[in-house]
Amino acid sequence: MTLDQSEIRIGLLGAIAIAALATLPLFSQGYYLSLGVNLMLYAALCTAWTLFSGPTHYISLATAAFFGLGTYTVGLWVDHVPFFALVLGGGVVAAVLAGLVGLATLRLSGVYFVIFTLGLAELVRQLVSWTQTKVSTRMGLYVFTDFTEMHIYWMLLALTVAVFVTGWLIGRSRLGFAMKIIGNDETVARHVGIDTARAKIILFMISGAFIGIAGAISAPRYAYIEPPSAFNPMISFLVVIMALLGGTKRLWGPLVGVVPFTILFDQVSAQFPNHTPIVMGLAFLAIVYLLPDGVTGRLEQLRARMKRTENAVGEEKVA
Amino acid sequence: MIRRTFIALAAGAASLAFIGHAAAQETIKIGASAPKTGPLAAGATVSHWPNIQLWVSEVNERGGLKVGDQQMKIELVEYDDRTSAETAVQNIQRLATVDNVDFIVTPYSTGLNVATAPLIARYGYPHITTSAITDGVEEFAGRWPNSFWMLGTSKELAEGTAAALKKLMDAGEIGNKVALVHVADAFGLELAGAGKPALEAAGFEIVYEASYPLGTQDVSPIISQAKAAAPDAFVGFSYPGDTFALTEQAQIQGLEVGAFYVGVGTSFPAYAGRFGAVANGILGAGGTNPDDEKIKEYRAKHKEVTGADADYWASAVTYSGLQVLEQAIEAAGTKDREAVVEAIKTGTFDTVMGEVKFENNVNRNLWTVGQWKDGVFYGVAANGIDGAIEPVKKDGWE
Repeated sequence: MTLDQSEIRIGLLGAIAIAALATLPLFSQGYYLSLGVNLMLYAALCTAWTLFSGPTHYISLATAAFFGLGTYTVGLWVDHVPFFALVLGGGVVAAVLAGLVGLATLRLSGVYFVIFTLGLAELVRQLVSWTQTKVSTRMGLYVFTDFTEMHIYWMLLALTVAVFVTGWLIGRSRLGFAMKIIGNDETVARHVGIDTARAKIILFMISGAFIGIAGAISAPRYAYIEPPSAFNPMISFLVVIMALLGGTKRLWGPLVGVVPFTILFDQVSAQFPNHTPIVMGLAFLAIVYLLPDGVTGRLEQLRARMKRTENAVGEEKVA
Repeated sequence: MIRRTFIALAAGAASLAFIGHAAAQETIKIGASAPKTGPLAAGATVSHWPNIQLWVSEVNERGGLKVGDQQMKIELVEYDDRTSAETAVQNIQRLATVDNVDFIVTPYSTGLNVATAPLIARYGYPHITTSAITDGVEEFAGRWPNSFWMLGTSKELAEGTAAALKKLMDAGEIGNKVALVHVADAFGLELAGAGKPALEAAGFEIVYEASYPLGTQDVSPIISQAKAAAPDAFVGFSYPGDTFALTEQAQIQGLEVGAFYVGVGTSFPAYAGRFGAVANGILGAGGTNPDDEKIKEYRAKHKEVTGADADYWASAVTYSGLQVLEQAIEAAGTKDREAVVEAIKTGTFDTVMGEVKFENNVNRNLWTVGQWKDGVFYGVAANGIDGAIEPVKKDGWE
């Protein structure tokens, strides 16, 4: 594998950024670390979501289903199996579900897929509840570990890095090339001999696995695992909103959405604890009104405008 | 327009922050994080938030808390946890490390209390829970020595229900056939798990048993199947939404039982508001002694300060929890958290629920079952509290 100059430069900058982020727990063990954990969680979730939804333009609302399965894997087995095995296990379980769902639905497209994934989280939640009622008299599971916020932060940071590296590798692979064609025109892709269903399912499984792992890592933070909190549909919606706010054309796009959104949401709920929904509603209006293409869309627009001004200045000089 | 609104809001926030800062002398900072939005917001706005408001207003009207030789007014910092554990954890962190509050009021619900307990323990705050009900309380009290559990266990609540029904059976009011339904979540399962053997031990026969998922909208099949089993008593370990729905269906379908019991939400004033005279004779989780002078005074103050009626179960427990904190701080005479935890462990507290004393950090004196009687919810079964009245037979749905 050969890397060109700009890739090496991005890689180095990335490594420095990761190293800098990893030192956060040295500066704050309290609130800022907590905020950091939430930021990192949604960074991982949104980027993993974009792995699949970015190139395919399929809006998946199944995030909560994968996340909850990861959380439950840890909740069910934490007393019997080492935690890190469970984290991987959560990923595997989520990938299997993604594979099954993909087989059944990825031949569908557009709105059918959205509706199905929305129902999926609820379906999995009900199945888990039902199984638990039948086999035990206790619904809540307790996950008590020695992990503190700091450990969870580092694990989520590592996960986010893994998602980015995977995304970058996919981009360079045959799969990534196939996805680019599928994203542009699925019919053309089929005609040139790409097995579109297979490509989409593989990507959906990778994305689901990462979300499952994020859920597994979060389990010790919940401590008390029950279906409504593990399969909270808000997770699915927040991920979509943040990713779209950032823009899904580039792998780093969601980050630009996650950071301002999480901080804004947090500030609003701190300053207006009794009026959060109203203020958030106003903020959404403002975002849609001011940033219809997401943050990355606006950035690219600005860059284009700057180029145009440069060109204009250049022309004047010539004249 | 939107921008102007933002500027106005921002200016408002800035001035609030400034006022808060200017008044920061000689105050005691108390933090609270609980649902104001999300699935549990409805319960929290009935039983949790109004009591915090009432307590802060009462204490400040008196001139504040007496800490050592100083009078300190309470400055309340409140956050919405959106019924989410991530946000709840973050709120506790913010209260502890950014706002640097002196004490923290318990979060709301079993799940959010357990999720935040390790952090609250790490910062050493006394954690007096008043809305967590689970059989895990003894284990939790051991795990987090700074935590105190006031609402008892599911087992106690379920056994109280069996005891109240047994009283009716022994009096010859009802037969021994019971229909038992429960919501399929931790709370419902624990209650059913403890309630079934307790009912059987009391000599009841369970003729119908069913569970339904959390958030079920249509409970008519449950009631019609229960009706088909021809029970003498109906027991539903339910949450507010389904408590109302089960009652409504029982009324519509004319479920003929001598005892009708439903779970959380039965004790809400809105329940009597919704069902009026039909509520008469309905049994439910909770209870209180409305004739007790302290409770009378508390309920009147609650109405006066918050504009809403207190519910007949968790409200008084929540307020008592705050009174315990208040009296422990005054007894310790310091803001030192460790000293206050110690004062709670060893002290006896005079609250609206009567005398409260913790045995290994768990409060054992609790109401378990109440019954509606002319718009008031009277306790009919309790552990360690006097004043329970005899339960009566439910007389039709007219």
